[in-house]
Amino acid sequence: MSKLTSLQQAISEHVRDGDCVYAAGFTHLIPFAAAHEIIRQGKRDLTLARATPDLIYDQMVAAGCARKLIFSYSGNPGVGSLRVVRSMMEQGKLEWEEYSHFSLIVRLAAGAAGVPFMPMNPTGAGDLERVNPSFRRLPNPYGEGEVIIVPALQPDVAIIHAQRADADGNCHLWGIIGEQKEAAFASRRVILTAEEIVSPEVIRSDPNRTLISGLVVTAVCHVPYCAHPSYTQGYYDRDNPFYLEWDRLSSDPDRVKAWLDEWVYAVPDRDSYWQKLGPETQARLRVQPRWSEPVNYGRH
Amino acid sequence: MEYTASELMTVNAARLLRGQDVVFVGVGIPNLACNLARRTHAPELIMIYESGVIGAQPDRLPLSIGDPSLVSGALAVCSMYEVFAYYLQRGHVSVGFMGGAQIDQFGNVNATVIGDYHHPKVRLPGSGGAMEIAAWADRCYFITPHQRRRFPARCDFRTSAGFLDGRPARTKLGLRGGGPAAVVTDLGLLQPDDNGELTLTAVHPEVDPARAQENTGWPLKVAASLATTEPPTPRELQILRELDPTGVYLSSAGG
Repeated sequence: MSKLTSLQQAISEHVRDGDCVYAAGFTHLIPFAAAHEIIRQGKRDLTLARATPDLIYDQMVAAGCARKLIFSYSGNPGVGSLRVVRSMMEQGKLEWEEYSHFSLIVRLAAGAAGVPFMPMNPTGAGDLERVNPSFRRLPNPYGEGEVIIVPALQPDVAIIHAQRADADGNCHLWGIIGEQKEAAFASRRVILTAEEIVSPEVIRSDPNRTLISGLVVTAVCHVPYCAHPSYTQGYYDRDNPFYLEWDRLSSDPDRVKAWLDEWVYAVPDRDSYWQKLGPETQARLRVQPRWSEPVNYGRH
Repeated sequence: MEYTASELMTVNAARLLRGQDVVFVGVGIPNLACNLARRTHAPELIMIYESGVIGAQPDRLPLSIGDPSLVSGALAVCSMYEVFAYYLQRGHVSVGFMGGAQIDQFGNVNATVIGDYHHPKVRLPGSGGAMEIAAWADRCYFITPHQRRRFPARCDFRTSAGFLDGRPARTKLGLRGGGPAAVVTDLGLLQPDDNGELTLTAVHPEVDPARAQENTGWPLKVAASLATTEPPTPRELQILRELDPTGVYLSSAGG
């Protein structure tokens, strides 16, 4: 059965005030369009979980959507500080729960597998264990030493962006896959956005490329250019100048507010946003094709 | 050729890498140093990024560790779970290459917070992958400008483990990796002694060891055979400047 719906409808139905949201995508495929829709719809009191909050959560925190952040690297990747989040943390206006990358991803993997916790080897960095009681230690029941355990994370809703999906939510996803699969399987509801909606035959022509199956997907939305200023491998480039510009802009709360007014509140949807970026930016982000070799699955 | 202190630091960091190394590349200057090494003396270098890219050969310098240029032409791309579990935790990474806001006497690193954790004076980005990389890579290199505030006797927060309070403490924990092997600064090179204490083992040309002491927050040991590092070659400088033409990294590194 088709799960196709508009992004506006999907956010309205499946993201609720107070939810724990995991807008997935490690640097790649970050679903900015969905975040902007959440901001426009005035969602409140959210717990935002992500390994790297990136600009997507800087913008949502600036817009007043969040009560709490769960994260492992709160920076503007390759650029420096995540200024809005940092300022809110320093002022005590945002709750947070902090992990390292692997310990946070292990939490998602446990959530995806439906087990209460998962172990990892000790790292000797005791301070994070001291400030976050979710880190626990267990003696290795089968031998020497101890393991660190962290509890499963099961967000209320994951938002996943992919290159292409069918109407049931089976999706092909390539390039940096980060924590996309774990986030989808760990979450209670999944909103899938895709650059292209394709027929089930396209998906079935390359089943190894199906990272997430429709079994766990709640809603499917056709949202081209959803990831800008992040990127979609093979479709458009990462807008690095925007990441650098945000570093300057976000040091001034008035400029952040003006940016949200101009680029989120005054823009009804992603199509309008992409048009508003203009032909120069669109041309700058265009990528030349670099095809993979086809693979032969055989006829049996 | 004229060169800046941060260019010298980056070149010396790049020279620590060997051709067969599998290096887990950190953001910022480490990214620049690893890409420089691969384009000069270590073309066989396998660069791994925490985003899950294995064997990257980017055509341009990636601004972030998740840039699309890392993917095109890479050996493999796996999930974050796999890169940390199967590659790093399992023991397939020979070098971790990172920065850090503070590095202390025993090579412990702070990338989390200055001041009290719950009421931060300066909130830094946090661990990212640093906690696991410092624990599980065979050896680690750090690169940071040599300033007193960056080299306290003890870090405000230990984001990742060096030798804790001395080499035996790390050994007792049984971590799989060997810990910090060198810290490259814009003044010279620090390496751990038998007890894991960072010791000045080399200075850059025209740097007086007393200047390194002035910029270090503990009584700095100086190796008996203090070496002088080699200045950058014209080729190294040329490639470095091609990699970072607008100075995004080099201008922000205290050079």
